[in-house]
Amino acid sequence: MTDMSDTGMSDIAAGQRVLNEAAPKMIARDVDVFYGDKKAIDNVSIDIALENVTAFIGPSGCGKSTFLRALNRMNDTIASARVTGKIELDGEDIYSSGMDVVQLRARVGMVFQKPNPFPKSIYENVAYGPRIHGLASGKADMDQIVEKSLKRAGLWEEVKDRLAESGTALSGGQQQRLCIARAIAVDPEVILMDEPCSALDPIATAKIEELIHELRGRYAIVIVTHNMQQAARVSQRTAFFHLGNLVEYGDTSEIFTNPRATRTKDYITGRYG
Amino acid sequence: MATGHTVKAFDEDLDQLRGSIAEMGGLAEAAIAESMRALVQRDTEAASRVVENDRKIDALEAEVERNAVQLIALRAPMADDLREVVAALKIAGVVERIGDYAKNIAKRVHVIEGSNKIEPLSLLPEMARIVSEMVRDVLDAFAARDADKAVAVCERDRAVDDFYNSIFRTLLTFMMESPNNITPATHLLFIAKNLERMGDHATNVAEMVYFAATGRHMAERTKGEDPSDAEQADG
Repeated sequence: MTDMSDTGMSDIAAGQRVLNEAAPKMIARDVDVFYGDKKAIDNVSIDIALENVTAFIGPSGCGKSTFLRALNRMNDTIASARVTGKIELDGEDIYSSGMDVVQLRARVGMVFQKPNPFPKSIYENVAYGPRIHGLASGKADMDQIVEKSLKRAGLWEEVKDRLAESGTALSGGQQQRLCIARAIAVDPEVILMDEPCSALDPIATAKIEELIHELRGRYAIVIVTHNMQQAARVSQRTAFFHLGNLVEYGDTSEIFTNPRATRTKDYITGRYG
Repeated sequence: MATGHTVKAFDEDLDQLRGSIAEMGGLAEAAIAESMRALVQRDTEAASRVVENDRKIDALEAEVERNAVQLIALRAPMADDLREVVAALKIAGVVERIGDYAKNIAKRVHVIEGSNKIEPLSLLPEMARIVSEMVRDVLDAFAARDADKAVAVCERDRAVDDFYNSIFRTLLTFMMESPNNITPATHLLFIAKNLERMGDHATNVAEMVYFAATGRHMAERTKGEDPSDAEQADG
């Protein structure tokens, strides 16, 4: 690749670098997101690969969370938000009128910054999704789904003897893993994580990161994080957003050792702003 | 140079690392020049000073290693910063080695004192001057993150190899002429070899500088074309 790292224009073009081969699970093309008149995301195109962790990084207000929320139509809940362009899940336009949003959010699950378990038992937290989606055919089936989900979320051993206790009584890290178990319980294809560790201590963070590593063989995972070390640790691909633009998207190992765009370099080396 | 880091102490740490490397380079250059002067003038005291001063280079290498490890642990450098710190760590090791070669030359001054003066002695300082300039320029290139300058240093290694081959042949002639020449000629041959090795090390540093500056590896130079290797039994 020729060196085009120093001019402002090529800054954007650098996003077109060749990525490792992996089948795209989600495809976004020419996506703009508006809040009222304000354009929060400007013409973003990106492929989200199966069996990969994709990290979105960038300074506050760069649009990374906005774009993440566009991937399962979370922005629909904001009255002034408007999305243009195309986002596909397995070739299906998720913004088409025929798309069932509840179904979409089961296929594209989400884990938020602050753990938000329901004020119900641990068991009910996990069983809620499968129940409303009619995924379990009986009590035994549901027990199995709950156990499997808690195991995949790495929480089973810690809670198996107190499934009837309230989910809110768990520690922060456990609550977050409970939320991941809840997302997994409906058998999603993509999991979106918005700063999933920012409210957790280092040990709980390490457990979540280990979990992300284990889950990636099964799902496409997209994680928004302010912690660049975390992006470097957990992801295979990294996308750098700045001022609503996707500045650079590439293999994580490349982005953190040899970024093409000056803006990416300045941000990840701690020179931004 | 890019703007400074938001955390200014990070820049200070990097500056300190660069400063240590520059200081090592200065000492190594001086060691080459001094060992040559001691050799030509048969000045064993000056030679002893070169041996003594090598400790400073060793100490600086240890300091670079300590500071680089600390910087990686505390600052988690990324991208060009990371490449620079790793390069500094490696360069310090190489410059220390160059210092050792100069020390080895200085030690031979004692050994050949009193033996016949033979002609290639006048070629060695010229060869040493080129090597010394390579060391200086490659470390300047490191300080300036200047990839082009690093490439230019690599290209000068050919001249060093040519010098070595020329000296090698001349010394063989002297040895064949008289067995009395064999001991001093062998020492001079080792000295020439030491200088030739320093040139190779400077070339290696140039490759590290190139990678640190650009994130790409310098195109592999054609292997098996190194004339200094071709003429030698030990490769």
